[in-house]
Amino acid sequence: MTETFYDVLRRQGISRRSFLKFCSLTATSLGLGAAAAPRIAHAMETKPRTPVIWLEGLECTCCSESFIRSAHPLTKDVVLSMLSLDYHVTLMAAAGHQAEKQLDEIKKKYKGNYILAVEGNPPLNEDGMYCIEAGRPFIEILKETAADAKAVIAWGACASWGCVQAAKPNPTRATPIDKVISGKPIIKVPGCPPIAEVMTAVVTYMLTFDRLPELDRQGRPKMFYGQRIHDKCYRRPHFDAGQFVEAWDDDAARKGHCLYKMGCKGPTTYNACSTVRWNDGVSFPIQSGHGCIGCSEDGFWDKGSFYDRVTDIKQFGIEANADKVGGTAAAAAGAVVVAHAALTALKKAKKSDSAETVTGDK
Amino acid sequence: MNLNAAAAELENNPQTAAGRTVYVYEAPVRLWHWLNALCILVLACSGYLIASPLSSTPGEASDHFLMGYIRFAHFAAAYLFAVAFLVRIYWAVVGNHNARELFYLPVTDAKWWAGLVRELRWYLFLEKQPYKYVGHNPMGHLFMFLFVTVAAVLMICTGFALYGEGAGLGSWQDRLFGWVIPLLGGSQATHSWHHLGMWGIVSFVILHVYAAVREDIMSRQTMINTMISGHRTFRD
Repeated sequence: MTETFYDVLRRQGISRRSFLKFCSLTATSLGLGAAAAPRIAHAMETKPRTPVIWLEGLECTCCSESFIRSAHPLTKDVVLSMLSLDYHVTLMAAAGHQAEKQLDEIKKKYKGNYILAVEGNPPLNEDGMYCIEAGRPFIEILKETAADAKAVIAWGACASWGCVQAAKPNPTRATPIDKVISGKPIIKVPGCPPIAEVMTAVVTYMLTFDRLPELDRQGRPKMFYGQRIHDKCYRRPHFDAGQFVEAWDDDAARKGHCLYKMGCKGPTTYNACSTVRWNDGVSFPIQSGHGCIGCSEDGFWDKGSFYDRVTDIKQFGIEANADKVGGTAAAAAGAVVVAHAALTALKKAKKSDSAETVTGDK
Repeated sequence: MNLNAAAAELENNPQTAAGRTVYVYEAPVRLWHWLNALCILVLACSGYLIASPLSSTPGEASDHFLMGYIRFAHFAAAYLFAVAFLVRIYWAVVGNHNARELFYLPVTDAKWWAGLVRELRWYLFLEKQPYKYVGHNPMGHLFMFLFVTVAAVLMICTGFALYGEGAGLGSWQDRLFGWVIPLLGGSQATHSWHHLGMWGIVSFVILHVYAAVREDIMSRQTMINTMISGHRTFRD
């Protein structure tokens, strides 16, 4: 089969004009400049389509839900047609044995040439029995499918970090996919869910250029996870000026001042929400008046309250944060000093008393 | 060498004989000490205000730059602190014996352990008088090593890692220190450790100032004056 993207698009009734507009938009959103648009068009016209297999483990399908809301209808059409042709348990028409047969066929036919996109993660406890698909533990399916993949995409916080099912105490031992897949390039696209346009852009980049986008230390594409929410937040001038919301219903909240004091995790969260935004660029949490909860960060469920920027330290028995523990230590040091000084003075006074007594006796 | 012999040797050290004055801290060490004190003061105050900002400023955002100035103070003091620390390491190499004390613990030296026990007993009011030392007493030495040297390294690493987040991927701060963030479990956890480090240093400063003043009054050698003039005089 040598069907190209362009063939698929035309089959879907998309005009050449719309196709070229899509190429320009993609070039712009990837930060590639105008010269890249013809290259994208050329690639999509000539390259055989790379199949994508989309597996779902322990997850809530929010990644898929986000994905199908990609703002540009063209992108949606490309990706939807592509995925329905291949494998995505939620979106494809086939079910049961037909669907599994389809998966086997793709794996054989495109061995070493398909992209594996994973939503959710495998639980490892009880031999993986907490997530059974088609009668088998998900971990087996994941490992088999990954073995013949060209590259692996970890969708969302689940596949990237573990997310809520891996939150302490993690009874099923839900494990991020990079801990169970080895020897394959893995790109992490964290978020709960990730932004739709980020997802489609990552897929488009990989299909178009036949390689992974540039990744940061933690395996995330730099172009979307290179900066914090805080760095590009439209409320940043209020932060720099020292203008904060102090309560959810105060005047500053109405005026849209910085949510730092309300525990906004924008300063510690890497994502593109403050630039790409959500729902066709309509808004994002901070714009709607609520702080960022840091859903694209590693272990965000275990980092204490969503309204606190300092992590709770559970080792101290009661839940306390760094400032409470540290403040207590400093206060204790102060108290020790005062007590010790008092005792020293007392001792010294006693000593000079007895010295005087000795002199007096003489 | 057993503890008693070690104690005897310490007591009879001719260097610390009564009335003797020794040059201990060279000028760069003293300058670093006071510069460091100033940096820590600015860093702790500005750092606290970054984590727990003051009440909001009124009016237009464009009329103010309060957090900006506080953060500037923090970053400027941090650079000074880091550069001073590097120069101090250089001085540990070229300076006198006492300039090196901060960077190692003589854990294999029985004399040092004997001194540590004695110092502990002195602070628990179980000894009539402490030993005399040219440099730090073992207790002071231990605290200096942990809360000045180790703490400074931790604060510089976490601090520049956090600074690198703003400076951006690929900045030298990010390239040199960016690895710290995933190691500690993310940006928020790095912030928490940086806070804890600050409180550790603040607790140390309280104890340090108290011990220096107390030793100056109670012990057998000069303390505060030594960090100003560099000379230590033994009283008895």
